[in-house]
Amino acid sequence: MRSRAAGWGLLLAVGLALPWLIYPVLAVDILAWGLFAAAFDILLGCTGLLSFGHAAFFGTGAYAAAVVALRLGVAFPWDAVAGAVAAALLALPLMALSIRRTGISFAMITLAFAQMVFYVANAWRSLTGGENGITGVPRGEVLGWSLSPAVAYYYAAFPLVALGLLLCWRIVRSPFGRVLLAIRENEVRTQSLGYPVSRYKLIATVLSCALSGLAGGVWVLNHGFVALDAVHWTTSGTVVVMVLLGGMATRLGPLVGAALVMLLRDFLSRWTDAWGIATGTIFIAVILVFRQGIVGTLEGLVAGRGGPAAAPAAPPVEEAASGLR
Amino acid sequence: MENVLLQAFNGLINGAFYALLSLGLAVIFGMLRVLNFMHGALYMLGAFGAYLLTAELGLSFWWALVVSPLAVAAVGFLLERVFLRWLYDLDPLYNLLLTFGLALAIQDGMRLRFGMQGVPYSAPPQLQGALQIGVMFFPTYRLFVLAFSVLVCLGTWWVIERTRVGMVIRAATEKPMLTRALGIDVDRWIPPVFAFGVALAGLAGVLAAPMRNVSPLMGADLIITTFAIVVIGGMGSILGSVVTGFIVGVAAALGAVYYPPIANTLVFILMALVLLLRPQGLFGSAEAG
Repeated sequence: MRSRAAGWGLLLAVGLALPWLIYPVLAVDILAWGLFAAAFDILLGCTGLLSFGHAAFFGTGAYAAAVVALRLGVAFPWDAVAGAVAAALLALPLMALSIRRTGISFAMITLAFAQMVFYVANAWRSLTGGENGITGVPRGEVLGWSLSPAVAYYYAAFPLVALGLLLCWRIVRSPFGRVLLAIRENEVRTQSLGYPVSRYKLIATVLSCALSGLAGGVWVLNHGFVALDAVHWTTSGTVVVMVLLGGMATRLGPLVGAALVMLLRDFLSRWTDAWGIATGTIFIAVILVFRQGIVGTLEGLVAGRGGPAAAPAAPPVEEAASGLR
Repeated sequence: MENVLLQAFNGLINGAFYALLSLGLAVIFGMLRVLNFMHGALYMLGAFGAYLLTAELGLSFWWALVVSPLAVAAVGFLLERVFLRWLYDLDPLYNLLLTFGLALAIQDGMRLRFGMQGVPYSAPPQLQGALQIGVMFFPTYRLFVLAFSVLVCLGTWWVIERTRVGMVIRAATEKPMLTRALGIDVDRWIPPVFAFGVALAGLAGVLAAPMRNVSPLMGADLIITTFAIVVIGGMGSILGSVVTGFIVGVAAALGAVYYPPIANTLVFILMALVLLLRPQGLFGSAEAG
């Protein structure tokens, strides 16, 4: 129990110190992508659904937050929340259709719907600015406190992202999350136990998409700029690699993965723009030899099972929801 | 009316590319249970192969049409042996992610070498100009693309339906365990079938080279449209992939006559409708994923 509290304290301390350790804009990027990855893992790790189209919801959140902040003058945090609402509204019809299939078909379908969102964003110039994107999105102020300095914005975004993360973790550990785990392990059996599987899946996907939209909103206010790459499938791929690298179905894995990928991208950008080769290589390496990810492997070591043994498709239920110990 | 006919013709051409690509995907998926995300990148490699053979070695388009797909097949064969084969016993999603990573790396590598702009490539002299059919003129090269890809699709269908090799492939696609139990070494057929599937992508790339800008990302968005076509046709259905490719090509082109922005998105709307009304796809069987 004491180590548990110490773990939470350490996490909070790292979170509060982050903008003094690294460039504050990068620190907010880690927050936003960390939330995005954690929201994504509700589906991948917890429910066993690989969505290859989450950029659509992250990007929709970013565009929606940018539009309401710029055109309607909505203040923080409500502009970011508007991003979450927009993403949820988009997710409801698209995911209701996508969850009619599972496994590899679900991945293809979400990918295809995200590509549709990409084309729509490209064509709807009056709203999204087409290829030019939306620039000059203001951060505004909270309680008379200007968010223009990057550090100020970090501390404004921190509680919002923390709430989002707590929600993600709470969902996984709740009775609702237990049913999602059961669906992951055996969908047919869960159905025959009397759970309305499709309804559970729909709620899980819409929640995940809404939190992804919130992450997109936090992210767009950080940069003041959003363009088509936010809804492109490469963004969907980035969040997948974050979760895999950190370890899916672990509490901290998505955060660790997001932080590593963002730091690595920042580090590499000093020498090369070959980010695709770097991401691709991480993908290949993680998939071939490191399928449990960093946190998954560490948890395995702590639990004494040891070693990067051949990973199962997903860790057992107990491990998935154990988190900090 | 002429405009509509011309659009329908152009739609058939697009459909020919969709058909070649989704045919390769379907063959690979059937045999390996791998959804090959690299397919678009290998299509791009096929086009660059044609460019390099012509620009660097001075070979004609006709040589490129043979050599480049073979080179892509060799690349695919190597990648399958080095990377893909370790994951066949796991959830197929792992191989999707692996090929996604490979596609990112291949595309970015080509971008570093050739830049984003891409390179020019012209149709062979025998196929330049236009042919008059009835009252309309059609570009000769496009007529060739249409005829050639239909021939390739028919040829593939013939191999799969009428030859012994095809029989093994169909058996291994439908009942892999039973096929093994009957003494057929299914694993032996996996590399050549994968190489053949990606050769189709390389072939589509060569055919596209004179028509479309040869650039590192030419296959990046095309592959996703092709995925949607595979969903519409039904996963793993070879006939479905070809027919749906042509249908979607024509439908998108005709839709664009009335409302231009729909050219890119119609395929996804069709996919949504199919999911709503017939989730297993137009030609799919109910048990597939």
